[in-house]
Amino acid sequence: MSRDSIRDKVAIVGVGCCPFGENWDQSPSDMIVDAAYEAYADAGIEKPQEQIDAVFTGSLYSARGPHECSDALKLWKPVTSVSNYCATGTDAFRCGVMSVACGLYDTVLVVGYDKPKDRGVAGPSVVMTQVRDLPQTPAGWFSICASRYFDKYGASRDDLARIAIKNHHNGTLAPNSFLKREITLEDYKKARLISWPFGLYDCAAQTDGAAAAIIARADLAKGYREDPVLVKGVTVFGGPNPQKDPTMDFLAWKPTIEASKVAYEMAGVGPNDIDVAQVHDCFSLTELLTYEDLGFCEKGSAKEHIASGRFEIGGELPVNTDGGLKSFGHPTGATGVRMIYENTLQLQGRAGERQTPGAEIAISHNIGGYPTACGIAILGRV
Amino acid sequence: MAGIVSYGAYVPPTRLAFAAIGGREAKEGGPEKAVAWNDEDAVTMAVTAAVNCLRGFDREQVDGVMFACTSHPFEEKQGAALLARALDLPRTVRAADFSGSLRAGTGALRAAVDAVTAGTARRVLVVASDCRMGAPGSGLEMNFGDGAVAFLVGAADAVATLDACHAVTDEIVDVWRTAGDSFVHSWEDRFVVQEGYAPGIVEGVRGLLAAAGVPASDFAKVALYAPDKRSHGRAVRELELAPDQVQDPLFGRLGNTGCSFALLQLAQALETAKSGDRLLVASYGDGAEALALTVTEHLEKLDERRGVGWHLERRRGVRSYDRYLKARSLQTTEYAASKDPGLSATIHFRERDADTSLVGQKCRSCGAVQFPKQRVCETCFTKDEFDRYRLSDRVGKVLTYTFDFFFPTPDPPTVVTICDIDGARIHLQLVNVAPEAVTLDMLVEFEFRRIHQSGGRPNYYWKATPQ
Repeated sequence: MSRDSIRDKVAIVGVGCCPFGENWDQSPSDMIVDAAYEAYADAGIEKPQEQIDAVFTGSLYSARGPHECSDALKLWKPVTSVSNYCATGTDAFRCGVMSVACGLYDTVLVVGYDKPKDRGVAGPSVVMTQVRDLPQTPAGWFSICASRYFDKYGASRDDLARIAIKNHHNGTLAPNSFLKREITLEDYKKARLISWPFGLYDCAAQTDGAAAAIIARADLAKGYREDPVLVKGVTVFGGPNPQKDPTMDFLAWKPTIEASKVAYEMAGVGPNDIDVAQVHDCFSLTELLTYEDLGFCEKGSAKEHIASGRFEIGGELPVNTDGGLKSFGHPTGATGVRMIYENTLQLQGRAGERQTPGAEIAISHNIGGYPTACGIAILGRV
Repeated sequence: MAGIVSYGAYVPPTRLAFAAIGGREAKEGGPEKAVAWNDEDAVTMAVTAAVNCLRGFDREQVDGVMFACTSHPFEEKQGAALLARALDLPRTVRAADFSGSLRAGTGALRAAVDAVTAGTARRVLVVASDCRMGAPGSGLEMNFGDGAVAFLVGAADAVATLDACHAVTDEIVDVWRTAGDSFVHSWEDRFVVQEGYAPGIVEGVRGLLAAAGVPASDFAKVALYAPDKRSHGRAVRELELAPDQVQDPLFGRLGNTGCSFALLQLAQALETAKSGDRLLVASYGDGAEALALTVTEHLEKLDERRGVGWHLERRRGVRSYDRYLKARSLQTTEYAASKDPGLSATIHFRERDADTSLVGQKCRSCGAVQFPKQRVCETCFTKDEFDRYRLSDRVGKVLTYTFDFFFPTPDPPTVVTICDIDGARIHLQLVNVAPEAVTLDMLVEFEFRRIHQSGGRPNYYWKATPQ
């Protein structure tokens, strides 16, 4: 296996992202068109029918499948629909990248989207196909590391609070975010509990959204724009259910650890090379564990790095500069592509108040399922 | 001689104070009744009573299950079959439901002894369980309690042999529930007692004494069904029983537990009985049925049972009538009203080993225990080399936990855990524990419970409970 085989072969030449939120009056097609046409414009594409070779879509809730995207954009092109839990968006991007890297296509459109607010429930759907499926909610299964981790490393809700406060703040700086509201430690502590240790502010919102990226062969990228962003590495990892895994220690998420090893090797970089990161913060603890599982700090030391402000905008390694899932919500298929959108802006110096000065290497990360699926994309400035 | 080989009981730990029903403030030590909570019903209570009865006995030897119940959640679909599967009994077990009358419990016990005596069965599990509903605000609501009792019936090593029986059958519309109705109804209480219960129970007991040829004074304990405390006292007086002969029916503590009521008293009598004691148990419903038993020397060899006394110690007072109404689905809630087609019966069928029996597997190659059944070993990756492994009667420990405030329940939060059972890891709710008392590595047992009512049907699974 040659892990560096796609490094620098594919470039992002345009990105787009619709406003995330409770988009009651928008259909999935409306959001897909907004995101894709912004990406077209960003890439200088005027005739998508002629310039796009294939489409890769990612959606978890779509009732209509790949047809939804082709129909919205009126594209008569090969289309692939990808579903991989919360890593869906990153996986759609990965499939697109592989198709370009292998030489099959020159230019590909990746669209991630989801419209959970059409279902009439505030949280994620809980599918009851068995009696075993319902002793829990997503907050319940993402909190299973809390009791062991807190017990072993002495972390607490105070550390989680700092993550929530940071991401709420960052969200106020992102034009397309849903929650644009600062919260205080007092707000955090007063909020109702969802699933201990998660209170309301530890949980990502549920929103609608779509994001798009146009990727092209690296050698053709400058034909679209002067500052394309290179794909250094992109991978997904899947594994058996960690709830049953006899080796699970409830201190780390194995999918992140395994995926990051591969992603760093593909990209030829290590955690110390990362300048800016967008990580999966479906719940505050997920972000805390991810700091360690991606190698940003030693296992058990996250709380010290949180306290030091290292992961805030202006810190040494800003994480979730746009406010993350906390502020954008989590339209599952869109999230991974939304992160790629933010990282692309960061690497191109277009992130405004959120900008990480001189960012050269950026990482994005999703984790989903129980969690079983992890997607990681590492991008770099040309 | 055939008789009872083992026994076990189950009384829900949740107790509703009478004062709470009347909207008054409940006082410690005031009258109360045992109430099945939202994840319990006649079937779940029956399973736990049966587990308690079978502790230390080989389940493979059980060849009959008789389930007595007037409040089985299904009008069509056998309760005994569900019990047999939950208890992981052999597939060849003979199963029958006894229903329709509060005499069902003694009827089932008698039928089991008859079968063993006739040689058509060797070991029959008899379980009586009831979770009857009185309409909110009615006198019956105050009267009814919930509970279950189980007896293992056999020949050789009976701890109490059945010596004599007597039945009286009559037709009377005193207490009834028509098909489709949730609530039990009764005619005027004076009529119910004067023409129904009082003459019926006395005739049943006197008939038994005549058949056995012994006076009432020969019995160490007499366990009588009675609809209420006053009627019980009246029957005791008419039968001229001495105070120390009367098994305390625990009115104001457990309540009238329907077809398990007299038999729960019998179980309690066995908890303190000595070899040679004679015991009398009598039930009432469309007539009466009375049984005479003699305790044998085998009782001393029986390991301590989880009987009525054990359950009286486990108590969680509920002082809010409102929460009781929610728990019993007597209040309209959005969750209860949700109309979905329910779980796939196909999947339920396919997964019955895991979901109903809590049976996992053990890898023949590496010995790892895992749950549920799967094709490839998650430790050594060997394919299709497993033995069945029952987890429901093992002791596990809490590996990690959370308190879920979103899971629909009358009293959030729900404690959710991942438990380790002999190496297998299972995501389970933890019940009978206050969140602040949950600790890492605490030891747990497993109880059969309702997990939800998707599709308007009770859907059962297992939950952890502190050891």
